[in-house]
Amino acid sequence: MKSAVIVFPGSNCDRDAHDAIEKVTGQKPAMVWHQESELPEGTQFVMVPGGFSYGDYLRCGAMASRSAIMPAIVAHAATGAPVLGVCNGFQILTESGLLPGALMRNAGLKFVCEKAPLTVENANTQFTSRYEAGAQLLVPIAHHDGNYFADTETLDRIEGEGQVVFRYGRNPNGSARDIAGIINEQGNVMGMMPHPERAVDDGHGGTDGLALFESLLGSA
Amino acid sequence: MTQYAEGITAEIVKEHGINDAEYAVILDRLGRAPNLVELGIFSVMWSEHCSYKSSRAHLGKLPTKGEKVIQGPGENAGVIDIGDGPNGKKMACIFKMESHNHPSFIEPYQGAATGVGGILRDVFTMGARPVALMNALRFGAPEHKKTRQLVSGVVAGIGGYGNCVGVPTVGGETNFHAGYNGNILVNAMAVGLAEADNIFYARGAEPGQPIVYVGSKTGRDGIHGATMASAEFDDQSEEKRPTVQVGDPFVEKKLIEACLELMATDAIAAIQDMGAAGLTSSSVEMADKGGIGIALDMDKVPQRETGMTTYEMMLSESQERMLVIMKPGREDVAYEIFKKWELDVAVIGETTDTGRMVLTHKGEVVCDIPVAPLADDAPKYERPYFAPEVRAQLNAKDVAQPSHMGEVLLKIMSSPDMASKAWIWKQYDRHVMADTTASSEDPSDAAIVRVHGTNKALAITTDCTPRYCFANPFEGGKQAVAEAWRNLTATGADPIAITDCLNFGNPEREEIMGQFVGCIDGMAEACAKLDFPVVSGNVSLYNETNGVAIPPTPAIGGVGLIPDMAKRAHFGGMREGDILLVVGETEGALGASVYLKVIEGREDGGAPLVDLDAEKAHGDFVRGQIRAGRLSACHDLSDGGLACAAADMALASDMGIKLAHEGNVPMHGYLFGEDQGRYLLAAAKEDAIAILQDAKADDVPVHVVGLAGGTAVTVNGAHPLELDRLRAAWEGWMPALMDQLVEAAE
Repeated sequence: MKSAVIVFPGSNCDRDAHDAIEKVTGQKPAMVWHQESELPEGTQFVMVPGGFSYGDYLRCGAMASRSAIMPAIVAHAATGAPVLGVCNGFQILTESGLLPGALMRNAGLKFVCEKAPLTVENANTQFTSRYEAGAQLLVPIAHHDGNYFADTETLDRIEGEGQVVFRYGRNPNGSARDIAGIINEQGNVMGMMPHPERAVDDGHGGTDGLALFESLLGSA
Repeated sequence: MTQYAEGITAEIVKEHGINDAEYAVILDRLGRAPNLVELGIFSVMWSEHCSYKSSRAHLGKLPTKGEKVIQGPGENAGVIDIGDGPNGKKMACIFKMESHNHPSFIEPYQGAATGVGGILRDVFTMGARPVALMNALRFGAPEHKKTRQLVSGVVAGIGGYGNCVGVPTVGGETNFHAGYNGNILVNAMAVGLAEADNIFYARGAEPGQPIVYVGSKTGRDGIHGATMASAEFDDQSEEKRPTVQVGDPFVEKKLIEACLELMATDAIAAIQDMGAAGLTSSSVEMADKGGIGIALDMDKVPQRETGMTTYEMMLSESQERMLVIMKPGREDVAYEIFKKWELDVAVIGETTDTGRMVLTHKGEVVCDIPVAPLADDAPKYERPYFAPEVRAQLNAKDVAQPSHMGEVLLKIMSSPDMASKAWIWKQYDRHVMADTTASSEDPSDAAIVRVHGTNKALAITTDCTPRYCFANPFEGGKQAVAEAWRNLTATGADPIAITDCLNFGNPEREEIMGQFVGCIDGMAEACAKLDFPVVSGNVSLYNETNGVAIPPTPAIGGVGLIPDMAKRAHFGGMREGDILLVVGETEGALGASVYLKVIEGREDGGAPLVDLDAEKAHGDFVRGQIRAGRLSACHDLSDGGLACAAADMALASDMGIKLAHEGNVPMHGYLFGEDQGRYLLAAAKEDAIAILQDAKADDVPVHVVGLAGGTAVTVNGAHPLELDRLRAAWEGWMPALMDQLVEAAE
């Protein structure tokens, strides 16, 4: 599967995303600069990595959602192709309207970095098919603004539609209903605060994130 | 000759921290009186912070050479050889530690944040990609009214900067002591990796080359920061807040990427970051090291504010700026790269063959001085000193025996210096870059960061025991170096070199200068014996308020290499039935110990003595056993002695330990004594037997001290402390402090 990793000037998980994708697929993803207006020809999977896209001095991801590359990502998502946003990438996807809800400042008002226990709530997505439903994972988180918020109606809807993909075992940031990751209605755009690309290797962070990339890329 | 130029008075000269003798030298070198710009430039270049005028006479005693040393002190950071990288090319590790004490006390968030930013620039200026950050923090007494606010601000500042630039903050140490009530210490260390044949230096510029300014615009922030850092505090110090700089980690992140991109092009002659004393020190250092002159057009300097004077521009410490001397005709390369990263870039002058620094502003020459005296004629003082009285050793038999060791252990493990610092390190991104094998959260005596794309890793630690340095500066200096060496060894690494951050009080006081000299002498001896040279460092003096100095704190940042990731150790792998062994002799050193402070409320007694021959022999033995794959856990013995090391191991392994005590050393000295050169090992029975046999053959003292099993730490089957209770107390202290459950006191 041909992949692309979007690079904003303040992205800092772009190399980690690159390496995780390469490890699973054996192919290097294209690194796409934020000022491009098109994705490379033939791109299938797009990953929006973590970091501080434009410093995040405004609402996290707000400026990135208005960057030159975003219309191409929105159009790509509309074709049903897989798009994954991790951490700052998740914030960018909610800011750009590809995913419902918003990510607010952590309830504890502090940056939180720890290995977060997660439950796979929906193993029936193209991002999670290699997990067992209900599987317990340990995946690193590192964010200041991961407190997922949406109105009750939206929360009820996404719960009902199986759009809550990951839930925290121990809520680290005040997220509504312990939500750690969600997917859109069409099932091709996923956002999550935990970093699966930091959990693909025994020497660093464990391997609980590996199945996510394998679900998506392994068979391609 | 007129004594003062127009508008300059004796008072103004004094405000610039220049004394009469120093002013006389300036008059002599210029052959005339300096104007305000020139005075300002001499003032910052000759400040303690930039010139090391009180410390240089002694720093030369530190060993700085070694087989693996590529670049010792004198450049932006030290450089060591770490062998082949992923592509077979020689790799170098570049690192340095630096203080940001004064600004962090005045404005904790920005002070700490810009400390991180500054030390990162020192490392990537040399062509390295930063891969790890560490910090050594000392705060006042936990109950002091300012402590919580300072802890909270400093930690948020370190995290706010490091997390955003995307360099993992992997470890460090935090102490609390009333001696830091008026002067906290914030020492930040950065570690980077580069190809050994692509390292950039401040030297190398030649006449006729363009001087290119890149990064943020220059504002009025931080003017005279270096001078502030060269004076002691008084009650009005908080009025100095405007001299603290403000950091922008997003610009730093772009600057890292842009500089590394530029460094890949072969267009750079010399490069220097603008740190303390900003544009002044960066341009003077490159000119001085290249033996050339510089001409700058101040109108071309990118400015954040209108109406800035040359004086303000030259002394500004605005952050995230670099000065690059390019090869002629290659300016376009820099323009293209820096425009891509949306950073300011401007040619602001050129190098000359005059040996002079000439600044023009609005068509007028506003400064014209020789470069050499700024660097070479900087004052160098042989400050008078007397060696502080070395405190007598304390016999454990003269310290009252407690009745229940488990309760004592609980109290010590939940005391300020020993309790879990998770409240701090959870605010640091420790995993970005995906190479952190061990950080603060892991049971490891040093942080472990893989060399990307290889089977090797760097081991990194920061260490210092100010209690010992205060009791006996010489032994304390030795111990700080030895403990860093020991911590690296306990992970299985080969210790290679250190950086130091020497934090002391006012060197014009003889007893403070005596502490400084004592610590340096001790460090020098340990560095020489352990083949552990100093490759970079920083001196921070005048850490005192209203005449009260901090405890002497020579913080050491040690770096080692794990050649094979499969052969390393940590202290979380103890298994049921493992035999526990202590390498080294235990005599029960309770002087200046954590036990004495926490249990007896006393801080007296002599520092433990470090036998460097034994230290080396024991460490080499332990490393050999790690590489032979015999250990399930390994931990150095330091603060709190055997019992606290055992408690750490038990908590990390979730497994009890049954300690046995016999012999003549009183039980509290045996359990909590801080004798040096020791390690606690856990190994399966057959491995333990092999270890004991090897020890006999190598003549290394190794003693069986206990057995792994159960759910508590016990001694001779008694004194039980259940792990659940221990864990709750150990984890609970810091959140309780920060959630304001401790009453604020004066």
